[in-house]
Amino acid sequence: MSGGSYYVPASSKWPVLSGLALGLFMIGTGVWLVFDRAGYLIAVGALAIVTVMALWFRDVVRESRSGLYDEQMDRSFRWGMGWFIFSEVMFFAAFFGALFYIRVFAVPWLDGEGAKGISALLWPDFVASWPLMNPPDSSVAGPHEIVDPWQLPLVNTLFLVVSSITLTLAHEGLKEGYRDSARNCLVLTIVLGVCFLVVQGVEYYEAYHHLGVTLQAGIYGATFFLLTGFHGAHVTVGATILIVMLWRLQKGHFTPDHHFGFEAAAWYWHFVDVVWVGLFLFVYVF
Amino acid sequence: MAPKHPPKARLEHSENVAGGAAADVHEAHHPSGPLRWLLTTNHKEIGTLYLVFSLTMFLIGGVMALVVRLELFQPGLQLVRPEFFNQMTTMHGLIMVFGAVMPGFVGLANWMVPLQIGAPDMALPRLNNFSFWLLPVAFLLLLSTLLMPGGGPNFGWTFYAPLSTTYSPPSTTFFILSLHMAGISSILGAINIIATILNLRAPGMRLMDMTLFVWTWLITAFLLIAVMPVLAGVITMMLLDINFGTSFFNAAGGGDPVLFQHLFWFFGHPEVYIMILPAFGIISVIVPTFARKPLFGYASMVYATASIAILSFLVWAHHMFSVGLPLIAELFFMYTTMLIAVPTGVKVFNWITTLFRGSITFETPMLFALAFIVLFTIGGFSGLMLAIAPADFQYHDTYFVVAHFHYVLVPGAVFSIMAAVYYWLPKWTGHYPDERIGRWHFWLSVIGVNLLFFPMHFAGLAGMPRRIPDYALQFADFNMASSIGGFLFGLSQLLFVWVVIKCIRGGVPAPAKAWDGATDLEWSVPSPAPLHTFETPPDLRRVAS
Repeated sequence: MSGGSYYVPASSKWPVLSGLALGLFMIGTGVWLVFDRAGYLIAVGALAIVTVMALWFRDVVRESRSGLYDEQMDRSFRWGMGWFIFSEVMFFAAFFGALFYIRVFAVPWLDGEGAKGISALLWPDFVASWPLMNPPDSSVAGPHEIVDPWQLPLVNTLFLVVSSITLTLAHEGLKEGYRDSARNCLVLTIVLGVCFLVVQGVEYYEAYHHLGVTLQAGIYGATFFLLTGFHGAHVTVGATILIVMLWRLQKGHFTPDHHFGFEAAAWYWHFVDVVWVGLFLFVYVF
Repeated sequence: MAPKHPPKARLEHSENVAGGAAADVHEAHHPSGPLRWLLTTNHKEIGTLYLVFSLTMFLIGGVMALVVRLELFQPGLQLVRPEFFNQMTTMHGLIMVFGAVMPGFVGLANWMVPLQIGAPDMALPRLNNFSFWLLPVAFLLLLSTLLMPGGGPNFGWTFYAPLSTTYSPPSTTFFILSLHMAGISSILGAINIIATILNLRAPGMRLMDMTLFVWTWLITAFLLIAVMPVLAGVITMMLLDINFGTSFFNAAGGGDPVLFQHLFWFFGHPEVYIMILPAFGIISVIVPTFARKPLFGYASMVYATASIAILSFLVWAHHMFSVGLPLIAELFFMYTTMLIAVPTGVKVFNWITTLFRGSITFETPMLFALAFIVLFTIGGFSGLMLAIAPADFQYHDTYFVVAHFHYVLVPGAVFSIMAAVYYWLPKWTGHYPDERIGRWHFWLSVIGVNLLFFPMHFAGLAGMPRRIPDYALQFADFNMASSIGGFLFGLSQLLFVWVVIKCIRGGVPAPAKAWDGATDLEWSVPSPAPLHTFETPPDLRRVAS
């Protein structure tokens, strides 16, 4: 613990503006979904969020570079980022929990298995299976085919696993003072991340246009897009953060022993990667 | 593992230490007027904002409860349409839980955690401001749903699917988005509190030297970070079911409405402890002060809090006994729920033992704390009754449940916040709150709250269902008593508003150590606490000699 050098910013307009920007985004989303109007408000809100966040982080970077932060502040950032990632873990845990509950309990029960066999009376002809190709009620059309895990998803798994390795190499390069090597590995990480997103986009296109796997295709389509969609959104955010880190690396913001911004980005990327491994196993393969 | 240097040892020594009246170097740059409150990064100002917001929401949610009680004063439909009645019960619950109780505790944490651990501010001051200002935006959005076509949320604060998806008003999407914002606020606020407690304690303050208020908030913040994302997940699935045709909670597509309940209560049960653990902390600070004895069983209090937090993840389905769980699940959740009575009993035992042979005085904060111990325990006992799965089949969805959770939340959580406000007002304003009005407020509240909620036990055991605007004639007397109690309790809160405003404007000046039995670190800084405190942390290592 340090003696009295803890930096307390005097006041800032970014937090309250962030709140307003997020509010604008939420209101835009609501107005669009409910009243089917003013869809542009969503874009305006999103742009406002990105702008204000960029300006907020600019202040933080400036303060950091002018030496206002001591080791204790560094620990605050570490605790903050660590607990933030924990909250993200719990967010995905809810979705995985839902997936397991559906697969292990809900779908078999609809077929009359176990203590809740009475629910089989709802749709007597229903046969439980996973992936659920034929939802209980004929009003819901199931998928015709499922996504083959050993094609695009396997490629994507390779992309993300390798990207975690290249990011670690970039970090090692940074710590050893090899900035060129760090930069090259970071560029490679970002390229792999973008490749992942492109492949995911192709996979979604295929799912919608050829396989009949859609959001509306019963519980299989719903869980598939919920889990992969939120993961994809996180990869997008992670890749954006890494691009910012590349820019900061080029500007010479990082030193071999003072680069928590980079480390935080790396933590986030590894977290997204681990989630993917879970997805690959339980959404695609098993 | 008892602390070698109990918290009591701190105050006498730390007065010598630089900290309290440190020069306000930042004050010169501080904006004035409304901008000061919009842009502030100061934990005391943000704490004040939270507390004012919480009080405002408490009054708005309270008025909604009075609409409910007025309609229920007599059987039959007199005052409001049933659809509006449903919106009032729903909004009352949502506002009280997410708008009044949670921000109230966060406000207290903002004010007092840095003062009790000798920190200059919260660990991430700008994030702190962001966490607060999300709340007014979120709740304006939530309140605006009442004016939308089809009205606001009308499915109860637990918003069970498919009532909240297939059969809900169009405004539900706005309700989901506002709850997302409140959730983000809670998560970021909790991250800030954990980082502050783990990283900004004064040199020499070990974890087992912290006050119980700080301890309970550390554990509460962990619960918040663990379960608010689950709430975000489940309301996202609702959003998709409503707007994008997914089948998460729709059995026709292979989903399950019961899945909603599992996810909701996996969040919801830790959530009810989020609303009571900081209350335990407050009571554990106030009782020793006015009993003039150190807290009995400090370490066991810490372990009991941690045990309650761990168990809170293993009991969620006791809210769902009558939904048709497999027998093994009924048994598992029944026993884990009953197990919670053990650490809770430890706490009640320790408070009473702290009182035993103490030199007790009965100032307003102590009155509220003592009422908390008695009345919260009543709520705990009715919770034990509800935990018995076969008996719960009878109690489920009756007014007995309403009586139970209002006993733990009103004379429980809300009384503890009031106790805390009376206890710390001298530190915040530099004046003692008016003791005479405070006592009137206390006694009217205690009488009102019991008249309001005690008859609900009987109405519920006799079979009166909850969330119904009309009822059978045999419940008329109980309901009339409840309504009279409701108005007595509601109107006496105006005394609370009066006493707080009066205290801000003036009163008997309070010294740094406002209560003579107080020992914690916050009483070493002047009253009112200057804007910046502990800019140089007090070195408690000197104490440990």
